[in-house]
Amino acid sequence: MLWSDLERLGRFWDPWNEFERMQRAVSRWVSPPSADFPAVNVWVSGDEAVLTTEIPGVDPKSIDISVAGKTLTIRGSRNPEELKEGDTYHRRERWSGQFTKTVDMPFLIETGKVNAKFSRGILHITAPRAEAEKPKKIAVKSD
Amino acid sequence: MADTAKEVQKKEAETPEKGELTRARKIYSPAVDIIERKDDIVVVADMPGVDDTSVDITLEKNVLTIYGKVEADIPERHTLYLSEYGIGDYQRVFTLTDEVDREKIQATVKNGVVKILLPKAEVVKTRKISVKAEA
Repeated sequence: MLWSDLERLGRFWDPWNEFERMQRAVSRWVSPPSADFPAVNVWVSGDEAVLTTEIPGVDPKSIDISVAGKTLTIRGSRNPEELKEGDTYHRRERWSGQFTKTVDMPFLIETGKVNAKFSRGILHITAPRAEAEKPKKIAVKSD
Repeated sequence: MADTAKEVQKKEAETPEKGELTRARKIYSPAVDIIERKDDIVVVADMPGVDDTSVDITLEKNVLTIYGKVEADIPERHTLYLSEYGIGDYQRVFTLTDEVDREKIQATVKNGVVKILLPKAEVVKTRKISVKAEA
């Protein structure tokens, strides 16, 4: 069977997708999700990648972003609520401490043009694709 | 990696007992810290994506409801390459005791963190009910 046949079939039923779904369902029982904190979403287009991550309450000054080749690293920290003597926790569910997150991008990043914005607790990073790596259009000449 | 950041995955809120919501969007249960201080109780909730215009705090009888509406900020003409978290609204409901002075509840939001101050009532006294004439 041609792989293209499988792709056609895949519109309705993708065996790989199905397999991944099952794997996810099983791993939820076996071990907690493996993604490092904080969770990120990455969107890509032909010439840039957009990364978002939810890190509410983090001081924007404490966020450190570094890029090397394809790898983007985010570091930051959040302090726990300040408690005075006699104050007690009824519930304590929020995270605190330091975090480091490394994400592999699908292409090389133009390090000088990375842009980051922090608003409403969401960090938004725009990472343009390196010029040298951008897809080139090849014109077809006719005789 | 922080020790306390073990359980960091977003938790989906349970479907309210009264029934389903009309909006077909995911609702997450925000992580909260509740701290009792000398004069008040502080509720701190992580609700990234929420600002002062999109958070709704209501107090009905004894029930304090925190609801945050999140507009998904998805870049146009991009495809999702990696998805580790879901986007949706936030909701959490708490039942308050009588020791809270309802009139003086204050709430602020900063960098996606909602902070609610519930001042303790001076003395828990018999509640006065003022009757207003209807207009």
